[in-house]
Amino acid sequence: MLKVLSLGATELSQQTSTMEHIVIIGNGISGVTAARHIRKLSDKRITIISAETDYFFSRTALMYVYMGHMKFEHTQPYENHFWAKNRIELVRGFVNRVDTENKLLHLDGSRQFSYDKLVIATGSKPNKFGWPGQDLRGVQGLYSKQDLDLLEINAPNKKVCQRAVIVGGGLIGIELAEMLRSRDIPVTFLVRESSFWNGVLPEGESQMINEHITEHHIDLRLATNLKEIKADENGRVKSIIIEETGEELPCQFVGLTAGVSPNVDFLKDSGIELGRGVKVNRFLETNVKDVYAIGDCAEQHEAIGNRRPIEAVWYTGRMMGETLAQTLCGNRIEYKPGHWFNSAKFLDIEYQTYGWVFGARGRKENEAQFHWRHPQEKICLTVAYDKDSQAFLGINTFGIRMRHELFDRWLTEGQEVKHVMTHLADANFDPEFFRTYEKDILHAFSEHTGESLTPKKKSLKRIFQSL
Amino acid sequence: MSTYERSMALTGQPPKQMTTTQKLASFLGMSGLFILVLAALNVEFPASGWWLSASLLAISAGIIWYSYSAYAGKHKGIKNDGVWFKSISSQGFWGWMAGVALTGFYIVLYFYPEYLGLAEKGDNTGVIALFDPLSKLLSGNPASQWFVYGALYTVAILAFGIKFLWKYRHNRYEIIRTISVMFFQTAFAFLIPEFMARLNGDKLNLPYYDLKNIWPLNYYNFEAYRVKSFISSGDIGLALLIFGIASVFIISPILTFYFGKRWYCSWVCGCGGLAETAGDSFRQLSDKSVKAWNIERWVIHSVLVFVTLTTTAVVYSYLGHDTSKYWLTKSTFLYGVVGLLTLVFGWAMLFKRKQLAKDAQYGAIGYFVIIIALVGMHLYSEEGHIFLFKSGTLRKNYSFLIGSIFSGVIGTGFYPVLGNRVWCRFGCPMAAILGFQQRLFSRFRITTNGGQCISCGNCSTYCEMGIDVRAYAQKGENIVRSSCVGCGICSAVCPRGVLKLENGPLKGRIDSQQVLLGNDVDLMQLVNQK
Repeated sequence: MLKVLSLGATELSQQTSTMEHIVIIGNGISGVTAARHIRKLSDKRITIISAETDYFFSRTALMYVYMGHMKFEHTQPYENHFWAKNRIELVRGFVNRVDTENKLLHLDGSRQFSYDKLVIATGSKPNKFGWPGQDLRGVQGLYSKQDLDLLEINAPNKKVCQRAVIVGGGLIGIELAEMLRSRDIPVTFLVRESSFWNGVLPEGESQMINEHITEHHIDLRLATNLKEIKADENGRVKSIIIEETGEELPCQFVGLTAGVSPNVDFLKDSGIELGRGVKVNRFLETNVKDVYAIGDCAEQHEAIGNRRPIEAVWYTGRMMGETLAQTLCGNRIEYKPGHWFNSAKFLDIEYQTYGWVFGARGRKENEAQFHWRHPQEKICLTVAYDKDSQAFLGINTFGIRMRHELFDRWLTEGQEVKHVMTHLADANFDPEFFRTYEKDILHAFSEHTGESLTPKKKSLKRIFQSL
Repeated sequence: MSTYERSMALTGQPPKQMTTTQKLASFLGMSGLFILVLAALNVEFPASGWWLSASLLAISAGIIWYSYSAYAGKHKGIKNDGVWFKSISSQGFWGWMAGVALTGFYIVLYFYPEYLGLAEKGDNTGVIALFDPLSKLLSGNPASQWFVYGALYTVAILAFGIKFLWKYRHNRYEIIRTISVMFFQTAFAFLIPEFMARLNGDKLNLPYYDLKNIWPLNYYNFEAYRVKSFISSGDIGLALLIFGIASVFIISPILTFYFGKRWYCSWVCGCGGLAETAGDSFRQLSDKSVKAWNIERWVIHSVLVFVTLTTTAVVYSYLGHDTSKYWLTKSTFLYGVVGLLTLVFGWAMLFKRKQLAKDAQYGAIGYFVIIIALVGMHLYSEEGHIFLFKSGTLRKNYSFLIGSIFSGVIGTGFYPVLGNRVWCRFGCPMAAILGFQQRLFSRFRITTNGGQCISCGNCSTYCEMGIDVRAYAQKGENIVRSSCVGCGICSAVCPRGVLKLENGPLKGRIDSQQVLLGNDVDLMQLVNQK
């Protein structure tokens, strides 16, 4: 299905024929952010091509559509008239091939499309690790709008889907479990690690999430791998076999959520250098002139700081879009992300992180950690600091919201952990009247370090000082 | 309107049925309502006190039982599963039916109270007679249609308030706020005025006065009959009159400065109270488009101009000419109004112009010119009229169009179709005044938490005032909108902890800068260059 939206093509092409034409493949957060900022900075002709949807939507919100919190329209951050008003042309189509020599894109095997500068922002696709049966009907990942539509067919309710199995214990896995549970579908959750997401989370936090998953009546199987997926006579999934025990679990749906990898298969013969993703330098330029890559699909030649070469995160996609817009509009600058931050929600528990806090696996020698957990509620935090210099390195919070601006400031200032711990009240971002735990936390921290510390009262002056 | 667009309808639908318990609870509540309907149809109920109690108890118990079944067994947290699959909460068939029923109720209540059994002379009949025992218990007088309405209104806020408390039990802001609206409705709107009526006698002749109902929401507060009763009721009456004036010009500006308009709209106000409790299931239905926002701004400010003119005309009409009889005469009053409006207008234009959008400036100038022109015309026109109309006509039209049709029939009747804050958003002149102040002179804002927004849209979807919260949050901007009533739900439903309602320094409150943290500092400076 081909559809050219919004603009009278002839009128526009006459008007802008002399204008540089920037074509962006992918209408996710990276591509759309780039387009918006290019428009702010210039009058260049901008086209966004997407095979997925007509309009930009928030991928992270797809789960809420299945759960009935929102309709799909609600996940679209801009009204439909926004694009024409800002002269951003939208094209619905799939790019099969990129011809960098003639600066041509081949769409859907039929149409050709020329560009002056090309931005690849095609995001990711779910990983499949060659499990037997991984392409059966009823087996799917959860990434795209199409995946959501498919899920609505594969698992509309507990009558059609009497048991679902989810393979892969990461952020998408737990979201998918929450989604299915919202329709009362029994879920078995296979997690390769010995504790949920402990490649990233420290032990105490990971353990708390294990408990929370179980109390939501999700059958959590830790240290468990998938061996194969079995089909019924119609080529539909009927059960899975567990590697470790050989146990056969009957199920009507299998969700594959073992991470994502860059969606770059269509670039294989384009001459653009590929690793796992599109290889880019710090300016987000590929090896081919006038071709750039941003977002999930971009792979840095060398990782930046503690970051990974490929960062499949909403925020980094947005930052790359902003950065590349500068470069494309004549101000060539490097991609220099600031202090790391991220957030997620595990069922009912919100998680935020600022700076670096490592799980057991990635932890460096000098990183010391302080962990506090509420005796009853599912609330905890972990603070990481340098053993030697006492510098604050990062914080993870669960069930307590923290003020981004303050942690960003403290990390920039290189504050000591003591300063952070005594000023925690300033950083609290929970709604008004919520119970606060700064005193308990500081008390525990004092015991942990052996130095008695007194908490500072919340100060609006300090909080808003940078304004 | 369909609740969910499915690409293929072969394999089933998302679950949206009620559980058996919920069906039973609904039946219990409906049976309570059914008693009232029967009474309205003049079915005789002996010992009506018992039947009234049975009815109100069944309604409350039904609602509370339903809530228990829906929320009590679940973990605390956001409970919006299936909102858009259920017909009642997604403008589906049951939503429209509920809208029609509510609208019908309001039309009868406002315009045909005789069908409810209101008797001009003699004893009430029908559903109003059913409420007589309760009314006599409280005020000593027989019930009126307004007593029936007030009692049901209070039951709704209390029972749905309990539902709301259950639903948001993880959120202390919501808990305390909801207890506040439940208290103000029960005490200030329902009980105190009834007790005040009991006090009335030879010396005291107080009008019905819900103390928290402030002009211009309470557009009739300064009408001749009320002012007369206040003045004729000695010190208490005078104190109440002064309180009425002070709440407009002193109390509410101070509170709004410190806390934003939420202190009123979502903590105290009865309209807000009903919207937040009984209307909570419909908050997602408000229109978030820019078009709706444009309509909102014109309509609500037109109502404000309308009520200002009406009240001025009404007060003017009963004042005298002679300064020796009373210090406040027709012309002093009129000049006073003009002076005050000019002062406010001048202040906004001189000091706050930068914070107003272009069209807001044009609107303000337009309205100001209209008012000044009308007053000018009046000063040169004949006796008996004010502006171009009789004050009585103006008042009657306002009461009909705004007081009844807009705030009642549309404002509440259309909850299941247009969302629960239609009146507050498009019509309430009190909200317009508080909003004006909230935008320009208040410490309140919703802070966006740096760069944490993922543009998911929960905040915008569940904003009952139709504010596109996400549009600000995803840019890292604070939300400082005149229409925000501070219900706190955007902050509650945010999965990433991005939004916080708070009061802080005026400096830097409205920053149109895009402060998306986590980015390269140099880049942020470039992005913020305009």
